[in-house]
Amino acid sequence: MEAIAVLERYRVKEVVHIGSRAAAGPDLQELMARVARGDQRAFSYVYDVVAAPVLGVVRAVLRDHAQSEEVTQEVLVEVWRTAPRYREDRGTAMNWILTLAHRRAIDRVRSVEAASAREHKAALLAHTPAFDEVSEQVETRLEREQVRRCLRTLTEVQRQSVSLAYYRGLTYRQVAELLSLPLGTVKTRLRDGLIRLRDCLGVSA
Amino acid sequence: MTHGVDPHTLTGAYATDALGDEERRTFEEHLTRCPSCLLEVRELTATAARLGLAAAASPRRTMKDEVLRRVTTVRQEPPFTESAGQARALRHRARHASRWALAACAAAATALGGTTVWQHQRADEARERARQTQERSEDLAGLMAAPDARTRTAKLAGGASATIVVSDSRNQAAFLAAGMAKPPRGKVYQLWFQDQGSMRSAGLLDPESTTTATLMKGPVGKATGMGMTVEPAGGSPEPTSPPVALLALPT
Repeated sequence: MEAIAVLERYRVKEVVHIGSRAAAGPDLQELMARVARGDQRAFSYVYDVVAAPVLGVVRAVLRDHAQSEEVTQEVLVEVWRTAPRYREDRGTAMNWILTLAHRRAIDRVRSVEAASAREHKAALLAHTPAFDEVSEQVETRLEREQVRRCLRTLTEVQRQSVSLAYYRGLTYRQVAELLSLPLGTVKTRLRDGLIRLRDCLGVSA
Repeated sequence: MTHGVDPHTLTGAYATDALGDEERRTFEEHLTRCPSCLLEVRELTATAARLGLAAAASPRRTMKDEVLRRVTTVRQEPPFTESAGQARALRHRARHASRWALAACAAAATALGGTTVWQHQRADEARERARQTQERSEDLAGLMAAPDARTRTAKLAGGASATIVVSDSRNQAAFLAAGMAKPPRGKVYQLWFQDQGSMRSAGLLDPESTTTATLMKGPVGKATGMGMTVEPAGGSPEPTSPPVALLALPT
């Protein structure tokens, strides 16, 4: 519900080049190999592919636009700095970068204040981020529609758990508190929900 | 583990970064021993990334120039063989291993995170491994066999294992390692003695070999530790990158 609501907020306003599954394929992999060797021009192409997804992930969690841009910049610089450590056999570059982005956003949000103090329960459950600018490209729209469709195949609790954890950056303990569910339930729903999403989206490691 | 619960069920919480710091570290420890968990974590992390892709939003146009300008002043880290998750676990461990860090490099090592060493004193095992190493020279063999030879073994990031052997009577040290990542093309591992806060070159390792038993160049002297850095081919007069290994000499 929550995640779908988040995605429903997107509107077509601007065309940008952003990472799609196609772009996350060999091209980005090849570019990352060049970045790992210190190629700054390759990094500028990597930026074109990943900046929008990184900002999207960070802003979903942080909400605050200025902070999101700041963290996005930090993430992109970290991508440059640690590119030599990226290993293709551990997953695609896009996954690596978005995982990094999500973690940095979480680090920021948890360092600033406890998530429970951030917002009231009702706000967390009902609020959707106010995305004031929105990007759209055909691949992104398809990606979004596919994710939205797959989120609909989850149970209500699975969907809430996944979206509160991923899009809101809550710990599973906070999710349990918010939804008044036992810890074990949230833990397993997070896992079941992601497994169902994995199968629906056809994700492989 | 977490309240005695099967850690396996934490894969979803881990993939969505929904664990607290302590739980995450515990789970990452578990991951190193659970290949099936690792596979599931990778799949679920990739799934979570799809949720992220669907949320893409365009940054303001000026951000690109700012980021590109910033990276021109940022030095890249040397390659290493660890996942981000392991790096985080290692960073945690590195903090607790600070007593081993050489004074001159401690700050760099902390910043470097995942590549500091943590150590186990298993002298007998190390000596046995040293004996089995085929590449050793006469000198090396002599050093190993010295009655006052002392050893210290450490795990390097990426799973490699390193041993330092020191003999006071011979005033020599040797560095042994197995399973190291190859240095990047055009780079070489360089060994250093650490004296009173400065680093003194102790020779280069063969860039083609991931297993080594090398007599360190020069006398041990008053050195209290040794380090290893990644340097341009041919080596450098002093370290130009943060150390990928740091060991206090065995006492």
